[in-house]
Amino acid sequence: MTAEAMSPLKIVPMVPKVVSPAPEAPEMATLAGQAETDREVEPAVRVRGLTVAYGSTPGIKSIDLDLPERSVTALIGPSGCGKSTFLRALNRMNELFQGVATAGEVLVRWDGQFQNIYAPGVDLVELRKRVGMVFQRPNPFPKSIFENVVYGPRHHGVSNRALLAEAAEEALHQAALWDEVKDKLNAPAAALSGGQQQRLCIARALAVRPDVILMDEPTASLDPISTGKIEDLLGKLSKDYTIVIVTHNLQQAARVSHKTAFFLNGELIEAAPTLQMMTNPRDRRTENYVTGRFG
Amino acid sequence: MSALNTGRTAVPTQTGVGAAVRTRLRGRRRDTGAIWRGLFFASAIFLVISIAAILVMVGRQAAALFTQVRPLAFLFGRVWAPEHGLYGALPFLVGSLAATGLALLIGVPLGLAGAIYLAKLATPRAQRVMRPAIELLAGIPSVVYGWVGLTALVPFIRRHSGHVTGFGLLAAGVVLAVMVLPTFISLAEDALRAVPQDIEHGSLALGTTRWQTIAHVLIPAAWPGIAAAGILSMARAIGETMAVQMVLGNSPVIPAGLIVPASTLTSEIVLEMGSTPQGSPANNALFAMGLLLLLISLGLIIAVRATRKEATAGVRQAH
Repeated sequence: MTAEAMSPLKIVPMVPKVVSPAPEAPEMATLAGQAETDREVEPAVRVRGLTVAYGSTPGIKSIDLDLPERSVTALIGPSGCGKSTFLRALNRMNELFQGVATAGEVLVRWDGQFQNIYAPGVDLVELRKRVGMVFQRPNPFPKSIFENVVYGPRHHGVSNRALLAEAAEEALHQAALWDEVKDKLNAPAAALSGGQQQRLCIARALAVRPDVILMDEPTASLDPISTGKIEDLLGKLSKDYTIVIVTHNLQQAARVSHKTAFFLNGELIEAAPTLQMMTNPRDRRTENYVTGRFG
Repeated sequence: MSALNTGRTAVPTQTGVGAAVRTRLRGRRRDTGAIWRGLFFASAIFLVISIAAILVMVGRQAAALFTQVRPLAFLFGRVWAPEHGLYGALPFLVGSLAATGLALLIGVPLGLAGAIYLAKLATPRAQRVMRPAIELLAGIPSVVYGWVGLTALVPFIRRHSGHVTGFGLLAAGVVLAVMVLPTFISLAEDALRAVPQDIEHGSLALGTTRWQTIAHVLIPAAWPGIAAAGILSMARAIGETMAVQMVLGNSPVIPAGLIVPASTLTSEIVLEMGSTPQGSPANNALFAMGLLLLLISLGLIIAVRATRKEATAGVRQAH
């Protein structure tokens, strides 16, 4: 990464480049923020008054936020501010932890209309097919590369080998991993590098054909080159998917996201188009954070 | 002035005393360290010598048999009739393997279900009740298992099968299955708990049900540990003597069914060891059966070590 690229204020106005054929080039060519004005911004997910509490301490307090469809929304903020809790509330993964209570509404576009995923009787299996997730550390299953990718479709009832193979190839292409693994689909997933494993996990999420993909610091455990590949990938995926990404890295938020939401102490301080957040935030606390004065 | 003086003189004195104490401690620590190391070394040596002595003694007596009986005639001989010079151990070997296999057939599915329940489904309250119950199961002496088997299980089988006695492999298999459950459950539960939460959540996040996650991610990921639990249960079952001997009927023939009297390596040794004169071929044959058991156990231990190695290699690869 060049010194220039390190500055959040300089990366954003950079002119979009032709995507380099060699993704090893460390500069990040995606400039999601640029395209913001061209996009039809319609929410795929509306969050209203979302409060998540662990026991007596509220993790996040009464959050209202719209997640625009087919674009990348970045959640930023210091550690422990509630970004990940917010993210996991969007596919109800918080409920896997003991003693978590959730209030408020998360409205996900579901067969053409908004459905509150916290309404009684909501099918968690159906919800998680629509809202996929990529974790902070690559978490491939102890199975082959192929079996990892087709895990979702297989357990949602697809058993035809040809269909599964097709789904696997498509998802691996989308995750920009196909060329690296096409000759060793039956090799164990654990034999891949960390960056490849993370792209495999993205492919695995894509194979379910979700509408929304949640990513919890997906590059936190990766080297800069693998990080670059995943960031490039996010730019491409945002044409078809609604992506929400938690990141500690402001430069990453600037590079990949169209909209940025700033969390602090469990509250949403500000949410706006990324360009505006990085250059001209409304709230003083946001400004302090994006200029590196704290956090 | 005087206060300052005492202060000045006190400081060097204290350092002097402190240094002396420290030196003494250091010296003493070195001495006790050597003593302890020697003690531990002696214990280890004692252990190795005991094991070697058992192997040598059992091996020598077994070797004495093989000067009179061909090893193959012992291993694959179908007739055990020491009074006629026939020392075929096959009926006991078959009995041991069949009883153990039956025990695993009954015990492993039950134990796996119990381990999954305890590791993933049980509420903390249910766990607080179940855990001690399973530990208690492990603490019951084997003669009690045999006694219950003899007074409850054998008559039950007799009533419901129409066989004359009710003794046999079925009763032994059921009793052994209950006896290996605690070993199997606690080891399999540990293996299931050791699966990283990320993998489990990864599966749930893909829209799979809890059952799909357990069956297709959790169990495969824990498989080396579950296999090790199975092998250790097998080692426990094959070496069990008292309870088996009490419900098996003890007939030295290859069993023709599950509800006919049979015999195992262990039950035959315990039955005949008092009635065969030391050094007689029959007595030596019992030692050879002991050696056979020892070798089977050794093989199982090697198998467990191999699965452990595989498990740790898998984990290392995944991280």
